[in-house]
Amino acid sequence: MRRITILGLTVLVTAAVLVTAPLLGLETIDPRHVAGGADAGPEARIFWSLRVPRVMLGFLAGAALSVGGLTFQALFRNVLATPYTLGVSSGAALGATLAIRVGAVFSVLGIPAVSLAAFAGALLAVALVYGLARARQGCSANIMLLAGVAVNFSFASLILLIHYTSDAAASFNILRWLMGRLDTVGPDEALRLLPLVAVGGFVALALHRELNLMSVDEELAVSRGVDADRYRVILFITTSVMIGGVVAACGPIGFVGMMVPHVCRLLIGPDHRWLGPMSLLAGGAFLVACDVLARMLAAPAELPVGVLTSLLGGPFFLWLLVGRRGGAACA
Amino acid sequence: MDANRTLTPVLDLRHLRLELDGRSILDDVSLAVRDGEHLAIVGPNGAGKTCLLKCVNRILRGWRGMISVQGVSIAAYSQRELGRLVAYVPQVGGQPAPFTARETVLMARYPHLTPFAAPGLRDQRYVEDALALTGIGALADRTMDTLSGGERQKVFLAAALAQDARLLLLDEPTTFLDPRHRDDFRRVLRTVNRRKGVTVVEVTHDLNCAVLDADRIFALKDGRAAFCGPPDQFMVRDVIYRVFDRAFLTVNHPTTGQPVILPEVGGP
Repeated sequence: MRRITILGLTVLVTAAVLVTAPLLGLETIDPRHVAGGADAGPEARIFWSLRVPRVMLGFLAGAALSVGGLTFQALFRNVLATPYTLGVSSGAALGATLAIRVGAVFSVLGIPAVSLAAFAGALLAVALVYGLARARQGCSANIMLLAGVAVNFSFASLILLIHYTSDAAASFNILRWLMGRLDTVGPDEALRLLPLVAVGGFVALALHRELNLMSVDEELAVSRGVDADRYRVILFITTSVMIGGVVAACGPIGFVGMMVPHVCRLLIGPDHRWLGPMSLLAGGAFLVACDVLARMLAAPAELPVGVLTSLLGGPFFLWLLVGRRGGAACA
Repeated sequence: MDANRTLTPVLDLRHLRLELDGRSILDDVSLAVRDGEHLAIVGPNGAGKTCLLKCVNRILRGWRGMISVQGVSIAAYSQRELGRLVAYVPQVGGQPAPFTARETVLMARYPHLTPFAAPGLRDQRYVEDALALTGIGALADRTMDTLSGGERQKVFLAAALAQDARLLLLDEPTTFLDPRHRDDFRRVLRTVNRRKGVTVVEVTHDLNCAVLDADRIFALKDGRAAFCGPPDQFMVRDVIYRVFDRAFLTVNHPTTGQPVILPEVGGP
């Protein structure tokens, strides 16, 4: 199939998911009842102030995680590299856990303390990993990945420690946060996330040629005229900030960033000019679809969406690892 | 214009020094390469040959001294500008990417493309010309991970040609190729050097090919220049001994009469 066809189909599927997702849930909503805006009745209120913002948040988060994963896989030339591997999620989790543990209830510009702490933690972790790798000259991709793994482990045990010393209420909140969630009231969270995702997504999509060259071989990319140092820093910062924002808003939703780019690569090939837009759309649509499933599978209870994505992602990843011909497609 | 070309070296290294992890790699290396010249850089493993090439296209930084390309210090070029002047064929190796050969070659047009504009007809023509010249047109739609080492190396040469630079750096381009692929590769290199006037600077361990093809030999040993001159002055027992700490058996080539090296026979 030609790439333009595949991308076109992705657009159609994404549009279909985005249109139907807010109608589905515990109660299926008749589209005729919501046409009059949020004041047209209880169904319309649920639709416009709960479900549509939730779908917006899910789409932005999924798109960002997917494009962020794609960017880091190319930058580090490693199939396992995502912003999470480099400490973004564990940093955010540590920040959020601390804020919940000390019972921080203030908010700045409407952003709750837990989200602020998570965002700060994410950026701190990335800065730490970058600084550690930078301290050794060369700043090679492998050293950064190893530093990221080490930071992840240390932060994970700190989170356990804080969790262990918390009372029951804080403990539950910490656990719930760590599972990842998309439940939101009103469009504020999605609107706050929008500029971060717009910038991060635009940079990653605009630099498709640089990503292509750097994903093959960084030295060769330099010899072709790519200022690799500069683009690496730009992509690293915009992606980290974008993913930090996502994790702060939704918690550490796993596997979207790793597996959606892989699936897209299998379907549309390695060229980032096509792979970037497809990953963005597919990531957003995938998370929205997972969220609908999470709301409907155990209704009237609601599964944490992060649990569902990882539950699907784990087996998928194993299949990718051992099932595909020699793993050639992973490269 | 022509006078200018002969006066200004296309590549000029002066007192180049490079240290990596506190170890001296290049020590006061000076070298000027004329426009249109074919220069072979030889020397023992670890002499600093690859590092010298990587300093020129700024893969390695932190060297001291001066490197100028077409009369201008490379510090004055943006990486993109440098990419229009200097192309590079790396050592064989690395994980082959799942891009097709044609995509790989087209990606080398990078320094000529303006951001956000798709590659144009002109770029496509450079790609097709390079594919035809290297004789890999039939492989153009195969992905790199399905090609043999020799075929892949021809794709990298085609990519460097499509980059359309006046100076072509090659790092042991034929080391792992079978004799047929090696000869094909060298024929293309001679064509672009002689017919298109592209300056070729090639690191090689194949001393025979070096003396048969190159206009001049530059030998490095322990990061220092050990010899610089025409091929017939290089294939001399004392010179070879100075560079490699070993004398080799030579015979005269039946066609050209130039001395070439034979492998050692027997021994313990």
